[in-house]
Amino acid sequence: MSTLLLNIPVTQYMFYFLSFVAILCGMMVVISKNPIHSILYLILTFFSIAGHYLLLNAQFLAVVHIIVYAGAIMVLFLYVIMMMNLNEKDEPNKKVFLKIAAVGSAGLLLLTLVGSLKGAEKMVAAAPLNTNVGLIKNLGQTLFGEFLFPFEISSILLLAAMVGAIMIGKKDPVK
Amino acid sequence: MLIIWSFIIYKAIMCVAVFAVALGIAAYSTWWERKFAGLLQDRYGPKRAGPFGLLQPLADGGKLFFKEEIIPNVSNKFLFILGPSLVMITALMTGAVIPWGRPLHLDNGDLFHLQITDLNIGFLYLLGVVSVGVYGIMIGGWASNNKYALLGAIRASSQMISYEVAMGLAVVALIISSGGSLSLNDIVTAQGDGGVANVCWQPLGFIIFFVCALAETNRAPFDLPECEAELVGGYHTEYSSMKLGLFLFAEYINMFISSAIMAAVYFGGYNMPEWFENLYRGSVSLDTFALIGMVCFVAKIFIFISVFMWIRWTIPRFRYDQLMNLGWKVLIPLSLLNLGITALVQAWRNGLF
Amino acid sequence: MQLTNRSRDVSNKEQSFMEKLYLPGLLKGMAITGSHLFKKRATIDYPDKKRDIAAVYRGLHVLKRDENGAERCTACGMCAVACPAEAITMESAERKKGEEGLYREEKYAKIYEINMLRCIFCGLCEEACPKEAIFLTDRLVPTEFEREDFIYGKDKLVEKIDKRIDVSARQTPEVLEFKKIKGLKHNELFEGKKISDKKH
Repeated sequence: MSTLLLNIPVTQYMFYFLSFVAILCGMMVVISKNPIHSILYLILTFFSIAGHYLLLNAQFLAVVHIIVYAGAIMVLFLYVIMMMNLNEKDEPNKKVFLKIAAVGSAGLLLLTLVGSLKGAEKMVAAAPLNTNVGLIKNLGQTLFGEFLFPFEISSILLLAAMVGAIMIGKKDPVK
Repeated sequence: MLIIWSFIIYKAIMCVAVFAVALGIAAYSTWWERKFAGLLQDRYGPKRAGPFGLLQPLADGGKLFFKEEIIPNVSNKFLFILGPSLVMITALMTGAVIPWGRPLHLDNGDLFHLQITDLNIGFLYLLGVVSVGVYGIMIGGWASNNKYALLGAIRASSQMISYEVAMGLAVVALIISSGGSLSLNDIVTAQGDGGVANVCWQPLGFIIFFVCALAETNRAPFDLPECEAELVGGYHTEYSSMKLGLFLFAEYINMFISSAIMAAVYFGGYNMPEWFENLYRGSVSLDTFALIGMVCFVAKIFIFISVFMWIRWTIPRFRYDQLMNLGWKVLIPLSLLNLGITALVQAWRNGLF
Repeated sequence: MQLTNRSRDVSNKEQSFMEKLYLPGLLKGMAITGSHLFKKRATIDYPDKKRDIAAVYRGLHVLKRDENGAERCTACGMCAVACPAEAITMESAERKKGEEGLYREEKYAKIYEINMLRCIFCGLCEEACPKEAIFLTDRLVPTEFEREDFIYGKDKLVEKIDKRIDVSARQTPEVLEFKKIKGLKHNELFEGKKISDKKH
């Protein structure tokens, strides 16, 4: 089934469609005035990226992407923004200097991206594409074999972040 | 091309069948909910529409369709409609990975699998779809432009996210003990043919999963998001007509699907008790045997749905802090404990000690 | 004073471990509700099956006609005076020539209204009536959507000539006999002189 999907050109169309959705929604995140709409577009972007993972036959990554990013993190974003009263009239006027700085830094980022992608067509895959690398079994063996140390380090990083969040969130002890 | 077409037709048949069955069972769950409540409270349930009130769901559906549809003037119309649609879509999507029975044998020798798709990440797919289901409620509650609806939506989402953690940990323990496959079909088949139901290995995990399923479906005693005493109607305060119907209906579909999942992964799904199996195995054709298995599965689902209802008509709602305490301070440590014990036991079974 | 033996003292004491587990309590509750699955229903199948009512049930009033079909009521106002809920109002008129078949006495009730929302169905009007005209029956007052609809006029109260209302269930011969003895303390009240003593 999966090899079948990879051979027919339908996947090409799906790739272009998903890329189009991802880029369009990514732009809409920035453009839309209402922060709630921005977040909803961001969620759509995550879904189209999950679709890309599926096209790469990385089902585990796709689903985990949806569970973690779309299902948990973005819900918390939405949660916070819904609780804040963000009307358009409450939007403080940004200073001109800030606007120029924002445009400038975004332009620099664009320049970097374009520059790094310029040579991309000459890039050669380091190893032939293994279509099964995204499956949960292979991924698990890679994570808990070859990359065990970075994996554990990153978990310690998350733990540290969690402890920090609890420390910030804790009430001050009564003096 | 013929193979692809037959494949598409087969998938279409399965999708439509699961869709229809889920909707039908959800509709009749509303009837059974009221009938069962009547039985528990020494009274008749609905009985005027048709024999035993069997046409009651149709009457309710008809009423909801013909009610006036009110969309608040100040709310975002698109998101207001998107909310209940998302809730319904995610509720129906979960049915895709549940194995309903052993494969049937077609005339040309092919197998007709009674499962829409056997993903190798079936369980994660379920968790993913459930986590997306939160959006329907949140968007609907926010787009209502009503503080009660928003509070209800926020309660619903925080409750669902909190209980997803414990549920996920319970699932991890289950997968460790059932052989390491995330595919629901593998989990179910591993319990048949001499294997025992997973609940024997995972009693604590099952209780955790059950409590989380109650919370995820927003059923009593965890129905705080629609707590009428505090929040008028919660996230569906502003909804009317069939959009309200979709919210209510999705709850029953979720209940059906979570009952099906529990019946499948903890109680052996379409497998049956050995003494019962021995009555039929060999004496009937394989297809009939598969159908008997399906009947067993449906019976298990029915029992679970009834238990859901039994709990609803027995105990009152939790207070919000109690709900959060139960989720974070009781269920998550318990499921971590369960996970640790399961991992140790499994390591011992695999001969690592 | 202790009214029931079910009252419990409210306390904020720490829950025991078993109580904290919650599951035993849940199972206990479910056992209680579950036991009701096997108990007799408390409700009856109402519109199809009706509960037995007492023989002396006091329901919707009827204004009787006599054996010739003439209305018995003479609009004396005794019922209205006797009514503790002040539900009855009436307006009298004089019988014209040619109406002898319609009204038994020379005076009759042109308007006779009972407000069913005020009425407490005590039956005092029936006892006060000197003409045996008003009776309470075993019928129920149907539900309505408007308050006005509960004010019953003569169109609803007077029995139809071809559809007489049977009042014998309450008006047994013994009762009728008892009513005739005006000397009894109970019936004396409605003689006229005592009514003026009633305090308002």
